[in-house]
Amino acid sequence: MWGLLLDSFWETMYMVITSTVLATAIGLPLGVILTVTRSNHILPNVAVNSVLGAIVNAARSTPFIILMVAIIPLTRLIVGSSIGTTAAIVPLTISAAPFIARVIEGSLLEIEPGVIEAAQAMGASPMQIIMKVLLPEALHSIVLGITLAIISLIGYSAMAGALGGGGLGDLAIRYGYQRFRLDIMIITVIVLIVMVQTMQSIGDYASKKLNKNKL
Amino acid sequence: MIKLENVEKTYFSKAGDVHALKPVSLEVQQGEIFGIIGLSGAGKSTLVRCINMLEKPTGGKVFVDGEEMTAMTEEELRHARQTIGMIFQHFNLLASRTVRQNIAFPLEIQGKDKAYIAKRVEEMLELVQLEGRGDYYPSQLSGGQKQRVGIARALASDPKVLLCDEATSALDPATTKSILELLKEINKKLGLTIVMITHQMEVVKQICDRVAVIENGVIVEEGSMINVFTNPQHPTTKSFTAAVTNAELPEMVKQMNLKQEYTPGTKLITRISFIGDLAGEPIISGMVKKFDVDVSILYGNIDQLKDTAYGTLILEVSGDETALRAAHAYLQDKGVKGEVIGFES
Repeated sequence: MWGLLLDSFWETMYMVITSTVLATAIGLPLGVILTVTRSNHILPNVAVNSVLGAIVNAARSTPFIILMVAIIPLTRLIVGSSIGTTAAIVPLTISAAPFIARVIEGSLLEIEPGVIEAAQAMGASPMQIIMKVLLPEALHSIVLGITLAIISLIGYSAMAGALGGGGLGDLAIRYGYQRFRLDIMIITVIVLIVMVQTMQSIGDYASKKLNKNKL
Repeated sequence: MIKLENVEKTYFSKAGDVHALKPVSLEVQQGEIFGIIGLSGAGKSTLVRCINMLEKPTGGKVFVDGEEMTAMTEEELRHARQTIGMIFQHFNLLASRTVRQNIAFPLEIQGKDKAYIAKRVEEMLELVQLEGRGDYYPSQLSGGQKQRVGIARALASDPKVLLCDEATSALDPATTKSILELLKEINKKLGLTIVMITHQMEVVKQICDRVAVIENGVIVEEGSMINVFTNPQHPTTKSFTAAVTNAELPEMVKQMNLKQEYTPGTKLITRISFIGDLAGEPIISGMVKKFDVDVSILYGNIDQLKDTAYGTLILEVSGDETALRAAHAYLQDKGVKGEVIGFES
């Protein structure tokens, strides 16, 4: 049983970590663009902002379980299969990226406009403002947002497991539910709770270390 | 050094256009400290932002050091802004950077090499007297220290002009004084041109050479600080200067039962004011010797307008009508105003 649990744990970790990295790689630039193209920001562009905003909203309003089924053709195209942990990463990434984009947008909007104005007054280019002002100043808040995304992904990965994705969710369904192994069910849930708690604690700690506002 | 020609700024909106600046023209000379004073909403923040084009004027031309800011491309503008320092009411420091890293920020933007930046940052820390605070974060500093960092950051790239947007408005009086002293010292030491936006007359009084008074997007009065203070013309200017030059009558005089016209036996109550060198002349004793009058001093005050002494005295002059008239004419002749407050019976 423990071997089974350990395998599933690593599968979940693999899905969550990979999809977090990929979703951040997509969501971060998306969040930055959503922020700076606002009408009162450094690169106002109503067209880009509203089109991207609409796409992000559409992706976010599709329930994960439906998204996962709906994009099976895309998953096949990218991974070559629609079953397995690697295949699960595609829908997980696609569902987490817009979430991360919105979270990052929120963090960037918390920055005092005066700080951005000061950088402009010093002759900083929009790219310099993004790299040297927006992202570093919002980093502590972005870390908390990504922590939130990781926790959602742990939950979604369990759901992906039910559709043949492997991981702890798959274990709980196949052994705990279908084979009436209550012990496996309970241990799986405990492991998931511990994972979420650990992630939250790490995120809180890192954010606190990065936040220089309250010293 | 700075020249504004008919600069206009209008905010267009559905609710109606807001004319933040009606055509405004002014000139700031190299090396002077120029004050722009006005109440909130007068347009002074817009005006200062038009100098470095943080606000794009909707009309008119802006020149800084002979270059037309209003005709520049974004790229040229960024370059020009690197020679115009700016400090802010709320300091606008980067919270995630230490004091050193904040001061280094404009130099990083300009792509200066690390060794130069390190050297320059130390020089700036010394200039603003923040040695030993280099590794602190802004949240660990007091308001005055934060503004010192703001000043160091603005001066790091060796600008020709320093724009101050309500730089002391968030500070307590003692800290305000020390920041103003620092700005005055920098102005002398580096010959830096400084433009100060403020609603505090105290600030203008302490450091400005010239001042413009702005109201509803129009400059209503402009001139040397001493002139504007001692001889304000526009009602707005008068209300600004009243508080700091003691134009308000002291309680004691207000409570006197004064008549507007001379009647036999009454004493003249007059206020005289003198600037700088005039303070050294024996005007009162001269008046007593010359005319058959007696003088007593009811109230006196000596103030400092930047580096010039400015004094006010309220005198009670007694004598017969001819002597009083002659004495009064003498005071006016001496250039100390001799404003008649009333006649006391």
